[in-house]
Order: sequence, then C-alpha cells, then structure tokens
Amino acid sequence: MTRAPHDYDDIPGTFVFDAERSREGYHLNMFCMSLMKAENRKAFKEDEAKYLDRFPLTPEQRDAVLNRQYNKILELGGNIYFASKLGATDGHSFQHLAAVMTGSTQEDYAKMMLAGGRSIEGNRSKSGGSRRSKRSKSGKKRG
Amino acid sequence: MARIIAGVSSSHVPAIGAAIDLGKTEEPYWKRVFSGFEKSKEWMAKTKPDVAIVVYNDHASAFSVEMIPTFALGCAAEFPPADEGWGPRPVPVVKGHPRLASHIAQSVILDEFDLTIANKMEVDHGLTVPMNLLFGQPKEWPCPVIPLAVNVVMYPPPTGHRCFMLGKAIRKAVESYPEDLKVVIFGTGGMSHQISGPRAGLINSKFDKAFLDNLSRDPKKLIRIPHIQYMREAGAEGIEMVMWLIMRGALDEKVDEVYRFYTVPASNTAVGHIILENKRRAAGKAKKTPAHGGKR
Repeated sequence: MTRAPHDYDDIPGTFVFDAERSREGYHLNMFCMSLMKAENRKAFKEDEAKYLDRFPLTPEQRDAVLNRQYNKILELGGNIYFASKLGATDGHSFQHLAAVMTGSTQEDYAKMMLAGGRSIEGNRSKSGGSRRSKRSKSGKKRG
Repeated sequence: MARIIAGVSSSHVPAIGAAIDLGKTEEPYWKRVFSGFEKSKEWMAKTKPDVAIVVYNDHASAFSVEMIPTFALGCAAEFPPADEGWGPRPVPVVKGHPRLASHIAQSVILDEFDLTIANKMEVDHGLTVPMNLLFGQPKEWPCPVIPLAVNVVMYPPPTGHRCFMLGKAIRKAVESYPEDLKVVIFGTGGMSHQISGPRAGLINSKFDKAFLDNLSRDPKKLIRIPHIQYMREAGAEGIEMVMWLIMRGALDEKVDEVYRFYTVPASNTAVGHIILENKRRAAGKAKKTPAHGGKR
C-alpha cells in the first residue's frame, strides 16, 4: 500500500511515526508493549514464532521482528520507544539499537556521539542542499 | 493567590536516570552532565516551590498505542514510577496536588484547551529524570507535582503555538487559585536528538543554542517553528522541544535568565537546561544565583 506523501518524507534516514504508521503498526507496537511483562518476555524467548502468533502481524512485520530488522520495523509502523522494548528483551541498550539502525558498530557510534554527534550538514534533505538554514552555514563537519 | 514564579527546562535522557540509579554519576562521562546541574539544585533548594507542574512526555509506559492523548493532566493523589522494562526506577512515588490540578483542568478546559484528565497514571523517566536533576535523590520529593503529559511520540504533536497558548492558560488558572502557593513549571525533553532510523545520532548545537537564546529573550520567534523544521534540524525526536514552550508560555514576556547549561552528548542526546524567573517575585524570597554558571 502506498503512503500519502508528506513534507517530512524529504528528511533523510528518518521514518516519522505518524497517524498512518500508528494505524498500520498497531499490533506490532502492542506486541512490543507486551514485552514489558517478564512472563511474556520469557514466552517470547522460548519460542519467538509461536509467541508472535498471538498478534495479527503482517508477514513483513513478522519477518522484521524475527530478523531484528529495526529500520524495517520502523518503516512498517513500529515506533522506536516500542521497538526498544524488543531490544531490551535481547539485552541491548538503546545506543546499541541506534548503532544497528545506522549500520555502525556500537563502538564507532559511541565515538561519533562523543565527537559531537552526527552533523546536520548534508543530513537535512534528500533533495539536496537547497533547504540549508542561514544560521547553519558555518557548521563544521563532525563525526 | 497562587503564582508561577519560575520555569525550568531540562532534557530527560533515560541513560541519565540509569547513571543515577547505578551510581555512575561520578564517572567522567556522567560527571560532565551532572556537574551542570549543581547550581540548579542549589537554586531549587533556595526557591522551595510549593508545587511543581511538570510538562513531560511518556515513552510507551503509561500510554501505549491504545490511547494517545495530546495533553493529559495528572489529577491523582500520587503517580507511581512505571516499570519501563527493567523494573520501576528506585525513585520516590510522585505525590500530586489534586486540588490545584483539578482547578487547572477546569479552568483551561473552559479556556478551550480540551485536556484529558488522568486520575490514575504511572510516570516514567520523562518525568522522574528532570526531577532528579533539579531535586537530587531525596527519600521523598520536596513538593507535590502536577504532571502534564504531552504526546510527542506520534506525529503530529501539538504545535508550538498551541503549547505556548496552553502555558498562558495554565498561568491564568494558577493565578485564579485562592491559596498562596509558589509554583515552578518544568518543560522537559529535547534538545536535538534522533534515536531512530539511519540518521540516528543527529545533533545540531547551533539550533539548540539559538532555541535557548530565543526561549530566554524572544519566545515569539519560536512559537511558529513548524514541525518539519524541528524534525529536519533537531532530529525526529528533537520535536520534544515544543514542550518547553508550554513552560515559556506560563511565564512573563520578559524574564530573568538565571542559569543555563548545555552539553553533548548524554547517550544519544544533546542535554540542554535553562532556568527562567519571572521578574515579579515576592520580596524577601530566594536571591538569584549567579547567571550563566554553566557552559554556553
């Protein structure tokens, strides 16, 4: 199904959790929410596929969960605060998830953050530099 | 009557809470963050508010996707810390102020802000981390708290203008409450950060510093910032900064900036913090701490 176009589609590397994704991802997020309970975490770890049968996920959502494809989870309607509960169930920190989503190692990601984070320069717009704001022109490249 | 005497803004990074709970505050990485709040804790101890209104957001703790209220005002007598997957944070139960809270609810609803009333609600790090940063780690929180949960998780959050106007309505409500109470209002979340997707790790210190400058001196410049600009410039989750505008709307047009602190990073996030006082303070109350004690 095609999503309606939005101004924020132009932001690179970003899946905005909007009302449409919230609707599509309802069961996906409710699955993640269920992992707040220890008994559910245990049941999920024992048999992930069987546990997922409790939730009417789409086949794509189900695969994304089983394969821990976090960007795909976000694209298919998962929200990061919910998805992080899946990460926590695996024993991963938030920073680990962030590194995974950026295709980096946690060590490299942590180094980038210590050096001031990912620069806004070159990361504003998919369509190019025409949207640079005036006050950011002198921003130096970081990370 | 009750009065709002000051506003405080602070980031709420969960890792800050974990650093407190695991006793890591003296480690160099975290000391850099916590040292920025030493003067703030002194200021808070001298200011001794009777009530704190804390504008914050829930992170899939009290609210799942089953219900997503844009503004939910906590009117309960107490708000237990939520279990965010690692057990509830070892912080005191947050005591509410149901009488003032329900007074505010009634007043702002009649002022056309259609609040949700939360008579039972758990609170997560979004609320308790800023409280730790300003109040330390007491056995009991030193004052009752009225939580105002704002949806910034599902797009779209309320606009900056709407938030600012709600702040004004809250101020009006507080000032129509008969009891003499000193109220401090918190705006929390931010500053620039993105924790989702391939662009995660984004920080924009220039945007943040300009935001702090305008918050202090010229908030009207901030209230029309469209959501796309927050998300593009300050990261998908940087949009939390609209919550700071509720705090700012509840203050005078001209305020005294008492303190400011900014550092990068805490985990994935730029940490920003500011204390603004209304000029009309009752005589004989707490003296101001030196301005700009923190790194700018």
